[in-house]
Amino acid sequence: MKIAIPLEQKDLNASLCPSFGRAPYFLFYDSDTEEGEFVENSAATTPGGAGIRAAQIITDYDADIVLTPRCGENAAEVLNKADVAIYKSMSGTARENVTAFLAGELALLRDFHSGFHHGR
Amino acid sequence: MADRRDMKVAVLSGKGGTGKTIVSVNLAAVAGTSVYIDCDVEEPNGHLFFKPVISSVEEVAVKIPVIDAAKCNGCRRCVDFCKFNALALIKNRPRVFAKMCHSCGGCMLLCPQKAISEQERTIGVIQRGTAGNVTVCTGELNIGEATGIPIIKRLLQLGAADVRCPVFIDCPPGSACTVMESIKDADYCLLVVEPTLFGIHNFRMVYELVRLFNKRCGVILNKCPAGGNPAEDFCVEHGITILSRIPFDHELGALSSEAKTAVWESERYRRQFALIYETLIQEVCHEAVAYS
Repeated sequence: MKIAIPLEQKDLNASLCPSFGRAPYFLFYDSDTEEGEFVENSAATTPGGAGIRAAQIITDYDADIVLTPRCGENAAEVLNKADVAIYKSMSGTARENVTAFLAGELALLRDFHSGFHHGR
Repeated sequence: MADRRDMKVAVLSGKGGTGKTIVSVNLAAVAGTSVYIDCDVEEPNGHLFFKPVISSVEEVAVKIPVIDAAKCNGCRRCVDFCKFNALALIKNRPRVFAKMCHSCGGCMLLCPQKAISEQERTIGVIQRGTAGNVTVCTGELNIGEATGIPIIKRLLQLGAADVRCPVFIDCPPGSACTVMESIKDADYCLLVVEPTLFGIHNFRMVYELVRLFNKRCGVILNKCPAGGNPAEDFCVEHGITILSRIPFDHELGALSSEAKTAVWESERYRRQFALIYETLIQEVCHEAVAYS
């Protein structure tokens, strides 16, 4: 099973990025091989629709699960339609979140926010 | 050089609530025959003052792509092309996020399978009406839409199509693309500034913007305090023309809060705004001032 996590830094001990679409990096962690890969999020700097593009990256990497503190409606739509399950992360590092998820301690994310597009 | 009979004046401020609408509404009202265009399509409020008799309503639509699933082979060219991230490839089929689409039509041109066509989608309405001698054009963007630019474009076309008379463009707050669209064809930018640090900060941003657009501009200092005015200091420091100073005024505030047009309510304000209007004409049109 492949788990994707939005991160501030390329580090298993880094904390999660509060923004899914504009996270600088994603960690893709394969729970079968216990190996992780850090990928730069090319969506982070796009002017709009970052969530959609970021979700596209997640599906392109064939992730099964996303652990994130928050997620927008558009990104959630892409992920849901692509059968990627979205779980609400807890505070703490990427490593702690993977452990918690595998132990069944995380719940599905239920609230998806609308965009912060075109702010003044 | 602009002509007083058909000059286009954009009124903007950066920060919201500095008095753009009060200034543009009252200038239009005092100008005799004129056009007032409310480009603040996310929350238009000029019509509240004018209460125009509506003569026409039209919907504004944009074109969005529609994908023929039978023809699409999931090649992904459209998805990779879209700079606005309005397309995503899900289970090998593109999905359109209509609200993100900027209607560039690129995906349709690019599709090797010719699987993409366009369909119209309404994003808002434009109302046109009259109040006294003022033609009032109001654009309203539907809630949740990404951009009001198509509505502003159409609004400005409508305003320009009118009889030859001065046009006042009430711009959206901020300095983003909707403001740029609103000032693009203006002869002059009138910046309304309030004496707060936030107001001055955002005034700086629109001042930079109008210079970038090579627009001539001048300032109306609104809500002027009795003592020193940091907004005025900024103008003096940067050599920006000050056209007028409107004092901090409870009565003007009270009239506005009741959505009353000040120049139609009181002779004092009629004279005040008539004077601002005359100064504006001289500034915009460089009309010769009589030699003494």
